[in-house]
Amino acid sequence: MEDKTFTISVYSENNVGLLNRISGIFLKRHINILSLNVSESEIENVSRFIIVVNTTEKWVQNIVGQIEKQIEVIKAFYHTDEETIYLETALFKIASSLLFDEKQIQNIIKDSQSTIVTVSRDFFVISKSGRRSEIEELYQKFKPYGIMQFVRSGRISVSKEKMEISSLLETFK
Amino acid sequence: MGTIRISGAEAVIRCLLEEGVDLIYGYPGGAIMPVYDELYKFQDKLHHVLVRHEQGATHAAQGYARATGKVGVAIATSGPGATNLVTGIADAQIDSTPMVCITGQVGRHLLGSDAFQETDIIGISTPVTKWNFQVTEASQIPEIIAKAFYIARSGRPGPVLIDITKNAQFDEFDFSYEKCTGIRSYNPVPKLNLDKVAEAAALINSAKKPFIVFGQGIILGQAEAEFKAVLEKSGIPAAWTILGLSALPTDHPLNVGMLGMHGNYAPNLLTNECDVLIAFGMRFDDRVTGKLSTYAKQAKVIHFEIDPAEIDKNVKTEVAVLGDVKESLAALLPLLDAKSHDLWHNEFKELAKIEYESVIKDELNPKTAGLSMGETIEMINKHSKGDAIIVSDVGQHQMFACRYAKFNSTKSNITSGGLGTMGFALPAAIGAKMGKPDREVVAIIGDGGFQMTIQELGTIFQTQVPVKIVILNNEFLGMVRQWQELFFDNRYASTKMINPNFVAIAEGYHIKSKKVTQREDLDAAVAEMLASKDSYFLEVMVEKENNVFPMIPTGACVSEIRLS
Repeated sequence: MEDKTFTISVYSENNVGLLNRISGIFLKRHINILSLNVSESEIENVSRFIIVVNTTEKWVQNIVGQIEKQIEVIKAFYHTDEETIYLETALFKIASSLLFDEKQIQNIIKDSQSTIVTVSRDFFVISKSGRRSEIEELYQKFKPYGIMQFVRSGRISVSKEKMEISSLLETFK
Repeated sequence: MGTIRISGAEAVIRCLLEEGVDLIYGYPGGAIMPVYDELYKFQDKLHHVLVRHEQGATHAAQGYARATGKVGVAIATSGPGATNLVTGIADAQIDSTPMVCITGQVGRHLLGSDAFQETDIIGISTPVTKWNFQVTEASQIPEIIAKAFYIARSGRPGPVLIDITKNAQFDEFDFSYEKCTGIRSYNPVPKLNLDKVAEAAALINSAKKPFIVFGQGIILGQAEAEFKAVLEKSGIPAAWTILGLSALPTDHPLNVGMLGMHGNYAPNLLTNECDVLIAFGMRFDDRVTGKLSTYAKQAKVIHFEIDPAEIDKNVKTEVAVLGDVKESLAALLPLLDAKSHDLWHNEFKELAKIEYESVIKDELNPKTAGLSMGETIEMINKHSKGDAIIVSDVGQHQMFACRYAKFNSTKSNITSGGLGTMGFALPAAIGAKMGKPDREVVAIIGDGGFQMTIQELGTIFQTQVPVKIVILNNEFLGMVRQWQELFFDNRYASTKMINPNFVAIAEGYHIKSKKVTQREDLDAAVAEMLASKDSYFLEVMVEKENNVFPMIPTGACVSEIRLS
């Protein structure tokens, strides 16, 4: 079985220590987490983890089974890239002088449909949301001019299909 | 419900009483002293057994749980007290034993300050607990302890650790208790799907060579009677895993013995001959399956299991029946055709004969001057008549105990299966005997494992618990030595044991004892041990370099099982 990118979605109670419990499941199997995002879900006090891994379908099934087994986990799913709508957000901090000295910078911003978050005397910050490849591309374009800081968020995603959990979560409201 | 204003420490005791606990194992220390102070006040209602090391508390709680089916409870202080519990917790986790551990913790204001005897036991125990929680306020205690017991005993059982900061033990609050009956994110027993049962039944009925493998799930699910009924109606040969031992009487005609690395010849070999393999409450551990890629590939697999994470984890199933095995067996029974599978049984009998001739006969009637482990176990069978609870440690003696001990009734085999914890048996036997005082409890231990928890002889002396201890002494770490002989060209690296005078040690604890070195003395010594009203220590000197056979070498296929 070949490795593929899977997005694991976990709905859980919002409790201290659960992240440790979940990350241990990956650690034990020596599987590297490519990205991790935790936030409140559509239901109050229910957290949603989005974990991206590159592994085989057999392993991801095993992992999701182990995650779901944890007492405070309500439900866990896994999806392939084709089955989800997903994106990441990146922030680029760039010297303000470049905005005026390098005409091309303005074109890059416009073409990439990224937004300027803030501009100060010394630097400006650009935010870009999209697929990993789009962010990579933008990074490569800015790189020759010098990037002061760069950060990319974990993946967030929603499934195309209805999650089986929706009706269960209704009872939690 | 009315409330009373009490301290967190008193609440801990009252919660335990509410859960029906009357016996706990533990060791005091600074951060748990408020709870011990309350134990002093409640000593007529809640009996505390002072062990000699916290690991012993967990194994005793496990032994109690395995013998009774109830939740075992262990208690310890923070820091080293808590970390000493970890081996027992890991053992309970992998063997699905219901246990609640309570640890003291430094005061909330000291958390994270590297205070004296502070350790992150929540972090440390997370991978080996079914659930854990740190209580930092007294008012959390009733709800959390109620959850702890509910989680430990429900579904697939397991260990739970509750860490309670010292301030939460001292502070007063308005106490009331309500048992936990459900947790919204936790579904302990999947709902039985009757269509799956019907699918399983059809497959079983159509099978020419069906084979049942069963594990501890039958015992944990209290489904022994239902299992026996299914077995007898379907006429299917059945083999047990090490933790499934005693779920069925040993001499039941459909019982074809033990699976796995040192299991019986026929069930291992015929795993790769059956056409339908039906698993009940077992998890296809690697010690059972050997090389997975050649395990029962010809068979369609049906898996009756309570834990969804076990389905397809190791062996791909044709039909998975999730749910409580007692319920699923009851649903399965009326759908099965009554059969006898005589020709198929003959295949098992033929192979059993081969195993008897080439392994068992000599083991039970050795030609060597030295005693064998097998004949010692057989002697215990003779005098216990198969009614004893056998608690075994880990190693060669464990395999001999599991292969040769006879069981008439359930919950009679207590051993560390999944984790393989040397040192398990002595404290576990204490717990088993206290849980089942009317039954004979015999601990069978090697000279290596015995010295890992030997200090629990002190607990036996202090409590006067009448456990029977048999040391099978070959002056070697025998299982490792066997592997060194077979796979490492006889290089006996650090497996030779220079042992102390065990009998003198036992006598130091005022435990009646005897050492047997000659075959002619064994019968009388075992008889005397089992007739004793008090605890008894029997050291049996056995052949130094005997091996356990049959054996499936690590990574080999089940059908590559060796007889020598």
